[in-house]
Order: sequence, then C-alpha cells, then structure tokens
Amino acid sequence: MSDGQLDQGAADDDAPQVPLRRSPAFRIGMSIAVATGLYGISFGALGVASGLSVLQTIVLSLFMFTGGSQFAFIGVIAGGGSGAAAGAAATLLGIRNAVYGMQLNSMLGPRGWSRFAAAHVTIDESTATASGQSERVEQRRGFWSAGIGVFVLWNLFTAVGAFAGNAIGDPKQWGLDGAAVAAFLGLLWPRLKGREPAAIAVVCALATVLAVPFVPPGVPILVAALVAAILGWMSHARAGRPLEMEGLEPDVDPYPHRPGPGGKPGSAE
Amino acid sequence: MNLWIWVIVSCAAAYGIKLLGYLVPRRWMKNERMTRIAGTVTIGLLASLTVVNALGNGQSLAFDARIGSLVAAAVALLLRAPFLVVVIVGAAVAAGLRLLGWG
Repeated sequence: MSDGQLDQGAADDDAPQVPLRRSPAFRIGMSIAVATGLYGISFGALGVASGLSVLQTIVLSLFMFTGGSQFAFIGVIAGGGSGAAAGAAATLLGIRNAVYGMQLNSMLGPRGWSRFAAAHVTIDESTATASGQSERVEQRRGFWSAGIGVFVLWNLFTAVGAFAGNAIGDPKQWGLDGAAVAAFLGLLWPRLKGREPAAIAVVCALATVLAVPFVPPGVPILVAALVAAILGWMSHARAGRPLEMEGLEPDVDPYPHRPGPGGKPGSAE
Repeated sequence: MNLWIWVIVSCAAAYGIKLLGYLVPRRWMKNERMTRIAGTVTIGLLASLTVVNALGNGQSLAFDARIGSLVAAAVALLLRAPFLVVVIVGAAVAAGLRLLGWG
C-alpha cells in the first residue's frame, strides 16, 4: 500500500457505471472462462497420458496456470524429453506473461497484496478481456472475471480429465493428441494476419522440422524460439519504426468469439 | 521423483515471470524492440509447438492421423469456428481416422 498515493486520481474512474451482472466485460470474462475451462479436461487427460501422475498434472494447473506452458511441459515429456527440457520450453513460452504483466500493471495499477494475486491470473484470456475494454472499471472487471473464472474452471476440469484419463484408456483412441495439434494451431491462427507474421511462423515451423532428428525432444521448440527472436531483432533494426505490427502484438486474442475493439460481432453482446 | 523437481521449479518460474511484469518500471514497456521480440517469439513458439505435436515422434517425424487433425483444424479456423469447436474437430478427426485404421 506504500504507493497508494500514486492512485489518488483513480477514485472517480473506479465508480461502477453498471451493476456487475450487466457489465459487458464481466459477461465476456465468463464466456471465455467457460470455453477455456472446459478445455482443461483435455489438459488433464493429456497430462496423465504423457506420463505425469494425476497429482503432478493437477499441480501444474494450480501453480503454473498458463495453458501454453502447461501443454509445452507435457508435450516435451510425452515426446520422451527430460524434465529440464520440459521446464525450459514451459518457461520460454511463459515469458509473454511478463509482457502482459507490464501492460496490466499500467492499465489496472493493482496495489499491495492484490498485485500478487493479479500476477497469478495474468494469462492470455484475462489480458485479452481487460485490453478489449476502454473504461478502467470495465478493464478491471474483465481482468478479474476472466482470470478467476478461468482459474476455477480450468482447475476443476483438469482434475476431471486427469482422473478420467486413467479410466478411458489410450487417449489417442479419443484423438486427444489431435486436440492438442488443433489447439496450438488455434492459438497461432489469429496472429497470422499479414505477411510478416505468417513468414515468421513458416520459418520457425521449418526450423523445427529440420531440428527434430538432430537434437533431443523439446529442444527444437527452443531452436524455433531463438530463430524467432533473431527475426524480431533484425526486423526491428531494419524498420527502425513501426512497420507492420499486426499479429506481432504479444496480446492477440486467441478467441475469435470475443467482441473486440474492432467491432467484431460477439456472442456476449 | 526427479520429475517432481522440474514440476515445482517450472511452476515457480512461471509465477516469477508473471510477477516480474508487475515489478519492472513501467517505462520499459516503451521499448518497441522488446515488445516486437516478445511478439515474434510467441509466434515462433506456437508454430513450433503445432509442428512438434503434429509430426514429432521422439527424434523422428511421423505422418499419421494427427496430420488429419491439423488440416481439419485449419479448415475449421478458415470457417471462423470458435476455439472450442476447433479443438473438438481436431480430436474427432484423429479419432475417426484411427477408427478407419489409419495412423
């Protein structure tokens, strides 16, 4: 609370204009929580299938709580990679959350203990819901409703999937490995607007294919990340100032049904 | 047991990274190069994860039912299907192809 004085001017912005149940950001947060939370069942089942115990799978959802990193972790383990390689891939994939944290810190300015809680629910969905709103009170509602909503449902359905995963036998029979492929493509897709992001994706996909036979499982992902970082560094140096940033923002919304600032039609309106 | 250590270390790292964002000076956000690199790395990681999950089989590449999932998911995305539908389509196609005896 030591920096509370910085926020004196915020009091007026914080007065709610509409009750919570009629808040657009709250509704969006809830619909995203349901869509994402249900998907936790797939993580739970795949986690157990990859060779983690039920408890390890549940711990990842509770404490890592960032979907991409969790799937990266179990993806490396499933491919026969080491725990260290799994951790490295998960950690690299989580770096974007630091960028989200910086954005949310300046957007919402959480103080005291709430900053530590906000950090834990800083994920793609909560950031996307908050940044889709223009009023400060709605940004805050969007962030917390998506963040807490996803956290509760994601963990609930992870547990369901992890326990059911033991019972349903080989998850390949149910196509759950195909679900993971589709999920990653679905997360990548909205970023492929414009030629440059698409080119980066193709180059990194090729780098991955070329690296797979020569390095341990998990490492090809890190090779692709390095290639992407070099491409980002070089293209920035070349451009100096904004060339095309579309798709390159770190906070692209992976869920096309969310009403965005661009006026896309949405289910929640 | 060894795996538990990496589960815990990775969870701690994930939270530490998130918290870091709230602790760094706000002016760091103005750095366009870092914002840009965060964007390209995210694209690279997601592209790589898609390929590894579609083709990877240890240290070799395999062409099996997962290719069907990849193509079907792309079609679903082209048709602007919601995220959850895309995931279900991916699972259904892989399961269906295996039922037909391929991959």
